[in-house]
Amino acid sequence: MSTVEERVKKIVCEQLGVKESEVQNTSSFVEDLGADSLDTVELVMALEEEFETEIPDEEAEKLGTVQDAIDYIVAHT
Amino acid sequence: MSKRRVVITGMGMLSPVGNDVQSSWDAIKAGRSGIGMIDRFDASGYNTRIGGAVKDLDISQYLSTKDARKLDAFIHYGLIAAQQAVDDSGLEHYDALDRDRVGVAIGSGIGGLEFIEKSVIQMEKSGPRKVSPFFVPASVINMVSGNTAIRFGYRGPNISIVTACTTGTHNIGYAARTIAYGDADVMLAGGSEMATTRTGVAAFSAARALSTRNDEPEKASRPWDRDRDGFVLSDGSGVLVLEDLEHARNRGATIYGEVIGFGMSDDAFHITAPPESGEGAARSMQNAIRDAGLDPEAVDYINAHGTSTQVGDVAEVKAVRNVFGTHAEKLAMSSTKSMTGHLLGAAGAVEAIFSVLALREGILPPTINLDNPDEGCDLDLVPNECRKADLQVALSNSFGFGGTNGTLIFRRYQD
Repeated sequence: MSTVEERVKKIVCEQLGVKESEVQNTSSFVEDLGADSLDTVELVMALEEEFETEIPDEEAEKLGTVQDAIDYIVAHT
Repeated sequence: MSKRRVVITGMGMLSPVGNDVQSSWDAIKAGRSGIGMIDRFDASGYNTRIGGAVKDLDISQYLSTKDARKLDAFIHYGLIAAQQAVDDSGLEHYDALDRDRVGVAIGSGIGGLEFIEKSVIQMEKSGPRKVSPFFVPASVINMVSGNTAIRFGYRGPNISIVTACTTGTHNIGYAARTIAYGDADVMLAGGSEMATTRTGVAAFSAARALSTRNDEPEKASRPWDRDRDGFVLSDGSGVLVLEDLEHARNRGATIYGEVIGFGMSDDAFHITAPPESGEGAARSMQNAIRDAGLDPEAVDYINAHGTSTQVGDVAEVKAVRNVFGTHAEKLAMSSTKSMTGHLLGAAGAVEAIFSVLALREGILPPTINLDNPDEGCDLDLVPNECRKADLQVALSNSFGFGGTNGTLIFRRYQD
C-alpha cells in the first residue's frame, strides 16, 4: 500500500502533467508546478476522489504546496 | 473601397482518409473510403454502427497530456489542423509577422459533445461538486479559435461561426472577407468536429439521417447512387491559412490558390430538409458567383455538398442546373464525402482544401460508389475514378440544418 505522500504526488503528476522528479514536498502548485486557478480546483477534486473525502472550498484555498495537501489528508482521513 | 485579393498559403487536415493533407488527398485520388465500424464506444445496440473516424492519431506529437486532458477531442482535432496549416505556411519563420494582424475563424457544428456527455454522467453520479472546472472551456465551440490564438499569439479577430454543416465554409468565407476588407492580413480558417459519440450517433440516427449499411461500411456513402440511404457521420478537421496577396508575396509564401467568391443564403423551409427544388442552394451559388464577378461558364468543377441523402443529392443537381443552364452539362461535379463521409462542421474546410488541390494539380476527385446514378442525377459526377482536367475555377457547396447554405469559389493561382 502506497503512503499518503506517494499517492498525493502521483495525483499531482497526473493532474498537472509534471514529472515525479519535479515534485518536492515544498513545491508550490502555482509557483513551481505551473498550475492555474482552474488546475488547482481540479487537483482538489482528484484528491477528494482518491482519498474519499470532501475538502471544503475555504480549506482547499489554503493548500498551496504538496506538503499542505499531504498534511490535510493525514489530518482528515 | 477596393477588395484586397485573398490567397491560400497553408493547409492542415485530419480526416477519416488521412492524418494530414497529403495522405488524405492521396486517398481521395485513389478513391479510397475511410469509413469503418465505430469503435469509440460500444455501438452494438445502434441502427447505425459505422462512421468515419480519425485513426492512429498520436496526440502527444501536438499537445501535452495535461493540455489534452482539459480539451474535448474536437478541440484537439482543430488545434492539430491549425498547427499543420501554420507549419505548412511558414508564417512562424517570418520575422516581420505582425501578430495583431493575424486572426482565427475556426468553428464546429456540434462542439464538445463527448466532454458534455461525460460531465453530465459525472454530475448524475456524484453531484455538482464533481463537475470539472474545465467543462465549459473544454466544450464550447469558440475554444478551437481561442486555443489557437493562445498557442500562436495571434491577437487579431477571433471568431467561430456555428452553422451546422455549413460551418467550415462560412468560417472560410468570413475570414476571406475579413482580409479583403482590411481587418486582418492573415486568418486561420476552417472547422473541426468529433460528434460520433453515443448521443451524437443516436440523435442523427433518430433523425433518420444516417446510412445503415453496416455490413458494407466502405460502400455506405454513395452520393447520387440509386441505393443511397443516408449520410455517414465522420470526424476530423480542416484549417486553411488565408492571406492578403501582397502580404503573401512580400514574405515569399507558397500560394496554393485564391479565394475569389463567397455566397450565402437560407432555404427558409424546414429545420433539417432542403426543398426538392434546391432553390436555396441555387441562390447561395448565385451569390458567390456575383461576389466573384464571374461568368458562370467559368466554373469548371463543383465540390458538391453531396451527402448521400435522398432529397439533398437530387436538390443539389437541380440547383446546379438552374444556376448554370446548359453549362451544367460541361462542368464536372463530385462528392468527396463518398470517401470521407460527412464531417459536419469540418466538411466545408476539408472540401475547400480538396477543391484547391484539384485546381492546383488539375485533377477531378471522384465520387466513389456511384454504380447506378439515380434518376435526375445525370451530370458529370466523376464516377468512381479521378480524372485529369484543365481546371481554373472550382466551387464548393455546403448546406446545413436550419436551411443555411454557403458557397466558396476558388481560382487556380496565377501571378
